[in-house]
Amino acid sequence: MTNHFIDFANSDVVLIMGSNAAENHPISFRWVMKAKDKGGIVIHVDPRYTRTSTKADIWAPLRCGTDIAFLGGMIKYVLENDKIFKDYVVNYTNAAYIVGEKFDFKDGLFSGFNAEKKAYDASNWAYVLDEKGIPKKDLSLQDPRCVLQLLKKHYSRYDLDTVSKITGTPKEDLLKVYEAYSSTGKPDKAGTVLYAMGWTQHTVGVQNIRAMCILQLLLGNMGIAGGGVNALRGESNVQGSTDQGLLFHILPGYLPTPSASVTSLAEYNKKYTPVSKDPRSPNWWQNRPKYMVSFLKAMYGDAAKPENEFCYSWLPKTEDGKSYSWLDLFDAMYKKELKGFFSWGQNPACSGANSNKTREAMANLDWMVVVNLFDNETASFWKGPGMDPKKIKTEVFYLPCAASMEKEGSISNSGRWTQWRYKAQEPPGKALPDGDIIAELFLEIRKLYQKPDKKTPLPDPIVNLKWDYMTNHKFDPHLVAKAINGYFLKDVTIGDKTYKKGDLVPAFAMLKDDGSTSCGNWIYCQSYNQDGNNMARRDKSDPSGIGLFPKWSWAWPVNRRIIYNRASVDPTGKPWNPKRVVIEFAGEEKDGKYTSMKWKGDVPDGPWYPLKNPDGSDREDGKLAFIMKPDGYASIFGPGLKDGPFPEHYEPMECPVEKNPLGAQLTNPVAAVYTTAKDALKTCDPRFPFVGTTYRVTEHWQTGVLTRWIPWLIEAEPQIFVEMSEELAQLRQIKNGEKVVVESPRGSVEAVAIVTKRFRPLTVQGVEIHQVGLPWHYGWVWPKEGGDSANLLTPSVGDPNTRIPESKAFMVNVRKKGV
Amino acid sequence: MKLTRRDFLKISGAATVGLALEGMGLNLKPVEAYTATLRIKDAKETPSICCYCSVGCGILFHTDTKTGKVIYSEGDADHPINQGSLCAKGASLYQLAQNDKRSTKVLYRAPNSDKWQEKTWEWAYKEIAKRVKKTRDATFTVKNEKGQVVNRCNGIASVGSAAMDNEECWIYQAMLRALGLVYVEHQARI
Repeated sequence: MTNHFIDFANSDVVLIMGSNAAENHPISFRWVMKAKDKGGIVIHVDPRYTRTSTKADIWAPLRCGTDIAFLGGMIKYVLENDKIFKDYVVNYTNAAYIVGEKFDFKDGLFSGFNAEKKAYDASNWAYVLDEKGIPKKDLSLQDPRCVLQLLKKHYSRYDLDTVSKITGTPKEDLLKVYEAYSSTGKPDKAGTVLYAMGWTQHTVGVQNIRAMCILQLLLGNMGIAGGGVNALRGESNVQGSTDQGLLFHILPGYLPTPSASVTSLAEYNKKYTPVSKDPRSPNWWQNRPKYMVSFLKAMYGDAAKPENEFCYSWLPKTEDGKSYSWLDLFDAMYKKELKGFFSWGQNPACSGANSNKTREAMANLDWMVVVNLFDNETASFWKGPGMDPKKIKTEVFYLPCAASMEKEGSISNSGRWTQWRYKAQEPPGKALPDGDIIAELFLEIRKLYQKPDKKTPLPDPIVNLKWDYMTNHKFDPHLVAKAINGYFLKDVTIGDKTYKKGDLVPAFAMLKDDGSTSCGNWIYCQSYNQDGNNMARRDKSDPSGIGLFPKWSWAWPVNRRIIYNRASVDPTGKPWNPKRVVIEFAGEEKDGKYTSMKWKGDVPDGPWYPLKNPDGSDREDGKLAFIMKPDGYASIFGPGLKDGPFPEHYEPMECPVEKNPLGAQLTNPVAAVYTTAKDALKTCDPRFPFVGTTYRVTEHWQTGVLTRWIPWLIEAEPQIFVEMSEELAQLRQIKNGEKVVVESPRGSVEAVAIVTKRFRPLTVQGVEIHQVGLPWHYGWVWPKEGGDSANLLTPSVGDPNTRIPESKAFMVNVRKKGV
Repeated sequence: MKLTRRDFLKISGAATVGLALEGMGLNLKPVEAYTATLRIKDAKETPSICCYCSVGCGILFHTDTKTGKVIYSEGDADHPINQGSLCAKGASLYQLAQNDKRSTKVLYRAPNSDKWQEKTWEWAYKEIAKRVKKTRDATFTVKNEKGQVVNRCNGIASVGSAAMDNEECWIYQAMLRALGLVYVEHQARI
């Protein structure tokens, strides 16, 4: 999330799309309602009329998986009706860049597509550079090859008729949303977007979000109070666990995982440290080597030295071009390529797409370790439906762990607030905190490597891993939190201050690439420093008046509450909207020129001068707004993705239509697909005529492991259901409350039918399309009558960039049980 | 005005009784004070953050100082995000602390067995460590086909966990990477 929950109240228009915030993030909705109370407009775009819709001023239905068509229509509307915030667009985005002649879009494909490899060559999407190596610009935005004109051309096809034909949204509803949201393209107006898995779980997931980013940039909504692009994430610490690098492609702090071809630290730094030829670009990632070396020091301690490249070679390397993502992991497990498996605080037997494939894959393992609070479908997969324990060789170790109130530590919410929590009771029975289990298990593993024989491959990273995180034989979260923050490893003088060996590093600007600092995760540097545990702060003051609460807990990076906030001011450092000030330049001024550097408000995105002086003259030392982009400008044209620089509507991999009215290409040509017998996909197959989707209810959470056993919650929502329209119920002779079977090409579940007006048939390309939806909180272990996982239905296909599965749009049949 | 608990329950049976009675000039402060002491009398208050969605609501746990058990939880009124309010899941959180269905034992399921066996932590750590070593060493690639150093364990995978604290996540990734794992994934991917 670029902004944070309380900030929703600062919005003039709140667009909720791909999310049911009122039911799935109920407390976030308090701040949406505060925006509404102040006269703001709330818009909900969703296939289903939910409790979010009931509170919205405008609800617009759409067919699952057609968000880019919907948003593409809005981009066209904004451009053709001149709703853009031009000063913002020119100064802070790449709208003026000139794109090279090789870029083109034809027949549903961008230039550079290799049909054999099913991949694009992105070099076709490069900018035209000037003699200094900086992209050429046309600040008038008129050049036909400038980004804005190419954008206009690309979305010229997204007229109301075509969009409505694809999405099924009535044209008048499209217009209502477009008009309301585009009203935020003014300096004193803010529009925000709240999304969730309704946008990510698609084979065009990243491009769904990109389409909205483009709109937010055109309307000048990034970096401002009440603006931003805000993912409502699903788990209390999924932000933190991502930050800490528990994903195959990133180390902690978003340092890319090295691949085989990056054979040295020097090469790593060269490959992943961007260079900008524009002196006004802060290009923050130019600091990457400091963060990488400090990370390696945190991992390997004294063993990491300049002469051994800080043990860079010990880091495991992926094969170039090979993905090790969730879908790939279970594909490999299904193909018997894996022998051992840890399922730590997760229930993949129900949580991932295509549960039958996942469950069968587990039977191919030699051993697995499951750590959880309650029995679950993963731990007990060997006695699940269709399984014969006698035939399953997989050994299972089940380890009981503590709940959140039985240990101490920090978690990071979607708004990047990292909050410390305390222990309120001992865990029950033999259960232990995860930290203790990890710490003890590793000591036990390490014992086996202390006296390696010649055949033992690379014992060094195990033997030398820094592992001094226990106090009195108990895992000590404070010691790890300090290691994550980082230490000076020798006396270091920075400016006029000397830090002693062993001092905590105050903030990441002080990290070094020479081995004199350690830092487990650079974006958390400052979280636990000389001022103490900043994550535990509980000061309720809010001098900003816009709900920043700068001394309540701590937010990464460097306690900045709204990121990209340099875009909230004009090029002279004055807030675009004086009524909702995020930051403001407050340096001294003489004869129309700034003479000292000072900002007030939120922690600015860097301390530098603004781009211009008060008299309008350019400052050579002024810096551009988007500090994490190598060139300093936000990307309306995004050449870094695998499926094109502009979002294009493609159908879900399973869809109810044979044609895409926007082009010859029906589905995303570079989507991640798998080919085992369990990976069936059926488009326009009369056996699976209805669009299916999945979602959550207020009373349950994820696969339900932590809610199905809670008496109040299971009483409120005891079993799986399937919602369907009255028209569909009539078609299939189904009555409200009856047991029905929902089946897809991959599996089936029994569910209770809820016949409701919340779903309505939509007219798509002249045909009536029905949609049904199921919650995915249930599993066969408990409660016995609760039903099984809705993910038995979902396909294991993924977005080409993130490889997140397409769980939100697939094809099903619904029939009465026994018919 | 003195009220017994029975009296209070009687009058609180009516909807919006508080407002109505205060409107009639009755002072409900002693009642409020009394009811607040009922469950959490002598309890220790511990601030926490909800473990469900990612909003990060503040929760107060009340622990019985005699038994050491959590007996109640409520929204943290000081917390700027939720200001004391909670959703259905957050409001039920003490039932996660007080729950007789929680797993309390280390269990093992042997190959082709149809049941769990109870084990000790010491046994589990040793046995898991043995399997990790055996699988890691047998599936470890020092150099790939191109001769590039990859130092990678191909045969073990991990998923998890967004349900852990940051500090636990960090040492977990450290352990997995020290072992050479590349199949490292979790909830964020799905």
